[in-house]
Amino acid sequence: MNFEALSKSSGEWLKGSGIESDIVISSRIRLARNLAGFPFPNRASNFQKAEIENLLKDRIQTLEFEQKFEYVSLTALNTLDRQFLVERQLISRELAANDGPRGVALGNLESLSLMVNEEDHLRLQVMRSGFSLESAWETINKLDDYLEKKVSYAFHEEFGYLTACPTNVGTGMRASVMLHLPALDFTKQIDKVFRALQRINLTHRGLYGEGSRFSGHFFQISNQVTLGKSETAILNEIYSVIPQIIDYERQARVAWKKDNGQILQDRISRAFGTLSSATMMTSDETMELLSYVRLGIHMKMIEDVDINTVNELFIQTQPAHLQKLMGSTLDGEERNTARAKFLRSKLRSSGSTPN
Amino acid sequence: MKCHKCPKVATMHITEIVSKDNVQECHFCEECAQKYLQEEVLEKETIEVDLGPSIVKMVENLAGATSAVCETCAMQFADFRNSGRLGCPHDYTVFHDELLPYLENIHGETKHCGKFPTRYGTNKNIQKEIDLLRKQLQSVIQKEKYEEAAGIRDKIRLLENQ
Ligand SMILES: [Zn+2]
Ligand SMILES: [Zn+2]
Repeated sequence: MNFEALSKSSGEWLKGSGIESDIVISSRIRLARNLAGFPFPNRASNFQKAEIENLLKDRIQTLEFEQKFEYVSLTALNTLDRQFLVERQLISRELAANDGPRGVALGNLESLSLMVNEEDHLRLQVMRSGFSLESAWETINKLDDYLEKKVSYAFHEEFGYLTACPTNVGTGMRASVMLHLPALDFTKQIDKVFRALQRINLTHRGLYGEGSRFSGHFFQISNQVTLGKSETAILNEIYSVIPQIIDYERQARVAWKKDNGQILQDRISRAFGTLSSATMMTSDETMELLSYVRLGIHMKMIEDVDINTVNELFIQTQPAHLQKLMGSTLDGEERNTARAKFLRSKLRSSGSTPN
Repeated sequence: MKCHKCPKVATMHITEIVSKDNVQECHFCEECAQKYLQEEVLEKETIEVDLGPSIVKMVENLAGATSAVCETCAMQFADFRNSGRLGCPHDYTVFHDELLPYLENIHGETKHCGKFPTRYGTNKNIQKEIDLLRKQLQSVIQKEKYEEAAGIRDKIRLLENQ
């Protein structure tokens, strides 16, 4: 797998295309599956994990599916490459941090990845740009059917698909939608949204999953319950609530511009100014400022900045991506300098504010 | 459901009935529940106020007490209480009754309503057989009968490929 080549593109999740893509960044579905007759990874010996890995690797690579998979063993990767896959949302932070035999099978379009020996033996993941859980479900359901013909899943008539943690048992499905909600966040209405979500058993997280900070005004909304509801019922619950949140965000943007248009314009222009002229930039500050520029483009308050460039910058300025692009490992301070230089070169040639 | 005070799975369910219209419910892991209950006692002692019988506390241990051990992975239910993770798929059968209150607590339901593997019927018997063979395999390896072990392994491989 050529990570250097990958680092030049933004990957499926930040492509910025698809339905409602000004607010819905991406849709993702994960399925947790385990093999019958093996202990879960937390209780398996390294010998057993290697056995599980070999079995799954073999079955996945010989699968006659619409995409071919390439298996990458995590033990063969250095920390930088692992971090790179986390930044691209192709593996979880947990898989990167675990030890023992484990890996990921990557589809040839970056939308599919199959994690081996994460918390469960197998975690299937499908990612789509924009708001398209339906198409994600179609693909992952089919992939699951194909795999099931090749391996014996641990399944229980009463409890469904069995998982290491009882919070995932049943469908084993976690469906999530990543939203960019700067206006709701800034006007502090976001907490109201979260409280409403909690009442209908939906949870929210930051950009990189559980425990991660809310960075760049990105929020991941996903189902909490996996048992006692069908996959379609769970997806429908998310489907019914996302359009409302999109609506709130749009209203909040309009109201923000109407009530505090000058302040908003200033904030967006300053964000762009800082990004295109600073000489040192941290990752956090970059996310925050890019978020305002992204908002400015969609609200037509900044001109001549390409939305694709901005979407790409969100990922290319992450630590591992930046080091891949620069072709060398850099310490914290060197990274901040390199990041600022990279941002300047990408943004200076473009961008002006109306009137 | 998670503990109110830390990221562990909640195993203790505490209901405090302060008055008829004031019922408070808390979920804690075992450790935090102990602390919570101890703090309560300390508080009462230092303030020296007789709260009287109006407060009714119900402490339910969702985990129950079972000494069962999974014969496949040697997991005890206490291990699950500490880690929040089960050891192997068979644990769902071994600790079936103990898990029900947890599942109810987390999901509000205890019965799977989603997808079934298409070859579930035939698979069920194969899974049982694989489980049995794995147990045999372990015991012959312990007895260092490696030739026999190799034979059992081949049988398992064959079944897994079906
Ligand atoms: Zn606790
Ligand atoms: Zn077990």
